[in-house]
Order: sequence, then C-alpha cells, then structure tokens
Amino acid sequence: MKDNIILRIVAKLLIPLVILFALYVQFHGDYSPGGGFQAGVIFSSALILYRLIFGLQAGNEVIPRPILKLLASLGVLLYAGTGVVTMLMGGEFLDYSVLADTPIHGQHTGIILVELGVGFTVSATMLLIFDAFAGRPLATQNTTTGKRDD
Amino acid sequence: MVSQHFGILLVALPLLAAPVAALLPNGRSSWTLVMAVMTLCLPISLSILGDVIDGELIHYELGGWAPPWGIAYTIDGLNALMAVIICMIGTLVTIYGRYSVAADIPENKQALFYAAYLLCFLGLLGMCLTGDIFNVFVFLEISSLSTYALISMGHNHRALIASFQYLILGTIGAIFFLIGIGLAYAATGSLNMADLAIRLSGSEHTKTIHTAFGFIFVGMALKAAMFPLHQWLPRAYTYAPIIVSTFLAGTATKVAVYVIARSVFTVFTPEYSLKTLLNELLIVFGAIAVIHGATQAIRQTAVKPLLAWSSLSQVGYFMMGIGLLSATGLMATMIHMFNHALIKSALFMAAGIFLYQTGSLRIAALSGVGRHMPLTFTAVVIAGLSLIGVPGTVGFISKWYLVLAAVEQQAWWIVGVVVLGSIMAIIYVWKLVETLYFQPTTMPAAPYGTDHIERNPALIVPIWILATACIYLGLDTGMSVGAAKAAVNSLGLATP
Repeated sequence: MKDNIILRIVAKLLIPLVILFALYVQFHGDYSPGGGFQAGVIFSSALILYRLIFGLQAGNEVIPRPILKLLASLGVLLYAGTGVVTMLMGGEFLDYSVLADTPIHGQHTGIILVELGVGFTVSATMLLIFDAFAGRPLATQNTTTGKRDD
Repeated sequence: MVSQHFGILLVALPLLAAPVAALLPNGRSSWTLVMAVMTLCLPISLSILGDVIDGELIHYELGGWAPPWGIAYTIDGLNALMAVIICMIGTLVTIYGRYSVAADIPENKQALFYAAYLLCFLGLLGMCLTGDIFNVFVFLEISSLSTYALISMGHNHRALIASFQYLILGTIGAIFFLIGIGLAYAATGSLNMADLAIRLSGSEHTKTIHTAFGFIFVGMALKAAMFPLHQWLPRAYTYAPIIVSTFLAGTATKVAVYVIARSVFTVFTPEYSLKTLLNELLIVFGAIAVIHGATQAIRQTAVKPLLAWSSLSQVGYFMMGIGLLSATGLMATMIHMFNHALIKSALFMAAGIFLYQTGSLRIAALSGVGRHMPLTFTAVVIAGLSLIGVPGTVGFISKWYLVLAAVEQQAWWIVGVVVLGSIMAIIYVWKLVETLYFQPTTMPAAPYGTDHIERNPALIVPIWILATACIYLGLDTGMSVGAAKAAVNSLGLATP
C-alpha cells in the first residue's frame, strides 16, 4: 500500500498525533480517564497503522522484535518490582504511600510507575500478536512430526 | 519482618520470575530460575499452613487498602492446604521437567514455556489465597490463558484443537463466573468474600442472589470438569505435553473445586445451599461422574486418556463430598484432593517415562515394559493401589471418610457408588499392570542398555517421592487428616 500517496501522507500525518495522544493518556492517567492499558493500545495502533501502510519489514525496523519481547517482559517486571520496592520500604505489597515523603506524593509516583509498566507490556504485546498473525507464512505446512502416538 | 508478607510473596515471586524466565536465552537457565522460585515457594506455603493450622487467620491488605474496598488475602486452613498442594506438585513437576521439557518442547520455545508455567502456577495460587471474589476471577484468567498456551505446546497437532476447545469452554466458564460475581455485587455491593457472606446472610434471598449462585456454581463446575461439563478435559490431558498433564492433573481441577467449596461454605452458607437443589445435583452428578469416568477409563486403549478419564471419575468423589454439605463430607473432599494430586501426578510422570523409553503410549505397545523398568513399574503399582483405595495407602483414607459422611446421613446408595467406583478402578489399574508386567515382551533381556531412562534421577526422584508419600501418609494418617480437619474447622464447621 505504500504506493498510494494519500494513504502514505495521511498515515505520516496521523502517526505522530496518535503517539502523542497515547503519551497524554499514559501520563495524565492519574488525573483523567485513561491509564496504561488504554495508552498502550493507542500507542500500538499507531505502529500497526505504520505496518499496514509500509509493510511488516519496515515496521520491524522501527522496533525490532527482540526489543518488543524485552519491553513486554520489562513492563510486568516494573509492575511487580514496584510492589516489591514498597514491601522493602515497609509497606504492604503495592502500598504506594511509602514511596515518597508524603503519602499523596507516594501514590502519584506509584501509580505512574505501575501504569508505565502496564503501558509497556500492553503496547509491546499488541505488536507481537499482530506480527505473529501478519508474519505467518501463507501456505501452512503440516507441522506434526508424527513420530510418536500418544 | 518478611513473614508477614508470605501470603503475597507466593504470588509475587512467580510473577517477578515469569518475565525474566521468558527473557533468558535457553531452557536450562529458565529451568534453574523456575526451580529457585519453587524451592522458595514450597517452604513459604508450608510455613503458612503451620501458622494457620491452629485456627488462626492470616490477613493481608494489598496496597494498604482495607476491605471491602481493597483486595485482601484472607488465609485460613483451607487456602493454606490448597497452596501446599500446588507448591508441592509444582516443585516435583519442575524437577521432572528438567528432562521432560527438554524432550518435549522445542528449544526456542522452552523459555516461553517456563514463563507460561510460572504464570499458571501463580494464577492457581492466587485463586486459592485471595479473599476477594473478583480477584479470584482475575487469577482464574491468568491461570486459564497460560494453560491454553501450555496445552497447545503438545507435539501432536491435535493439541491445538484440544487447546482451542478448552479455550472456548473455559472462556464460557469464566464468563459465567463473572456474571455471577456481577449479580452478587449488584445485590450486595461488595466483592470481598467475608463481607459478601455477612451481607448475604442479612438480606433476603432474592432472585438476583439465586441467579448469582447458579452462575458462579456452573462457571466453576465447568473449570472443575464436573459431569456433565467435562468434555474438554480428556482431550486436553491427552494431547498436552506430559509435564503439563502432570501439573494440571495435580492442581487445576482441584483449585476450581476449592472455589466451589469456598462459595458454598463461606460466601453462601450451607443453610442457603440446602434450600437450593445444589446438594442433590452434586451428589447425583457426582455419582454419575464416578461411574461414567471409570467406564470410559476401562474402554481406553492409550495410557493418557485412561488417566484423564480416571481423573474425571475422581472429580465425582469431590462433588459427592461437597454435596453432602457436612464437615465429614468436606473433609473427605479435601483429603481426596490432596491424595489425588499425589496419585495422578505420579501416574502421569510414569506415563512420561514409558513414553520417553518406548516412544509410544498405546497400552498394547507397552506389553512387558514394566519388567525392564522395575522402578517406574513399582511406582505405578503403588499409585494404582492408592487410586483403588487399598488399606495402607493414602487413597483408602479419603474413601473411608466419604463412606463415613454418607453413613452419617444414611445415604447407603452413596456407599454403593464408592464401592462400585473402586471395583471399576481395579479393572482399569489392572489393565495397565497386566500389560506392563504379565504380558509377553518382544524385547531382548536388557533392551535399553546404557541409555536406560530409569537411571535419570530427574525422572525417578519426583515419582518416588510421590509414591513414598502415598504409602507414608496412608499409614501415618495424622498429617493429611489433621490438615483437612483444620481446613474444615476454619469454615466454622465442627469436625468429628
């Protein structure tokens, strides 16, 4: 589809805006509707649009697959890690109040960290799922080894 | 102090380790990480059980938010016993996995396999430990989604179909459970189980509450593979990799049975359940499950479906124990779940050893194999005797308590069903033993030579730990019965 000039120009105009909106939803999530999950989906939709217009190959060059896998795992680690840090600082698991000098500051810090983790994981996983389906070879071979019968 | 965080650590440790396991470069290093997690989780779960066995409660508020608004983990004897079962089976299965995963799962997928395995483990633990019914649903989804992935890793392409079938049915079950939670929330305004129990006992029983109860029960019955909602299980256990069948057979259905017991006894009281058709349903369908599962098991020509159908038969005993709605009945269910975890995991592990040695799991292809593999064969015999319920094995105790519970209520026909089920178990266990040992073998005297798989401690040690436990706990009844008593007492029922 990269030969179609309208699609190409509109996509190039839209993608930065979509990413910007994703970042807004991500980082304003503690004051307004939104948060990591929504932001992650919006963010990945921008990159999926890029893949649809310019092809899977070009999309993979923007963020290579190993980095996507790393991001997907890092997000979960950031979430669980925040919980462990709050435990080490004397609170309960995910009790953000102990993270900063005042409980309100702590709650802000904690929720931003946790939602950032969610954002990483959701956006990376969305892209990995899209790539897994889109990158599938058209002719599906029979993958059975058929050596054993159980 | 660390010990106050023990309850959450059981969930947090595997949650931290899962993404790391996915990133590690090869299967061996992921295995080491999983093993480290298991060696931490098992003592933690035992220490929790030790803390609550005298009737104390462990209460943990996530994020410092007090219930009923926040999520709280409320751990009593019942949850603690379930956690011990899961951690114990998880540890032994991991040891077994050192060989099994390397043999069954392609090298480039092993790291992801271990990540999914950890997620499944933590999901099951979370379902048991949490005191918040919506949180149960969240953990149910974590464990289910990872289970679908694990089952689909079987080498046969039919594993994909089995996994997809389970995905559809499992999702329906989870949605039923969610609808039930939603209705209960609509009627009471609470999601915390203890709080729900108080509010439900105070309110009159409207249609909303009846519907909520029905949806929660049916949703979980599907996950527990209760007759007639069991169709997904035989295929899933047959086509999943051996290690996955072993782990699921020891844990997954039992956790769903636990949630049913928790809903019936804690959230909705037994008095409420008595006013519904629940106990009749459980007992009648449980009895049908016992007979139907055993009949199908006898008819199978391969080892894994035979064991899977036998599992369904055992789920029937769990159902009857709960359906009697008495302390003895619930004790029978708890002991039987513990026993069945030991027995069925040992049998699936043995099936794996036969598969790795001979390349086949059709019963006909295994004739005489037992004579060449004495260690595995003896373990099969011990676990088989325990499955039948021979005195001196752990299986006898649970059936004994089930019979006691039935006699208490003069339900003599249940005693008949237990006896009939045990006789049918003799038939299918004998079918295995006879082929393995007594039928002529075509093999030479020492067919396996130096690469005899029985010399691999990673395979033999876990299966023998389970087999020894079957005998030891059958003779020293104090431990399993004591733990089950504590579990039942924690629900406020007086045990004999």
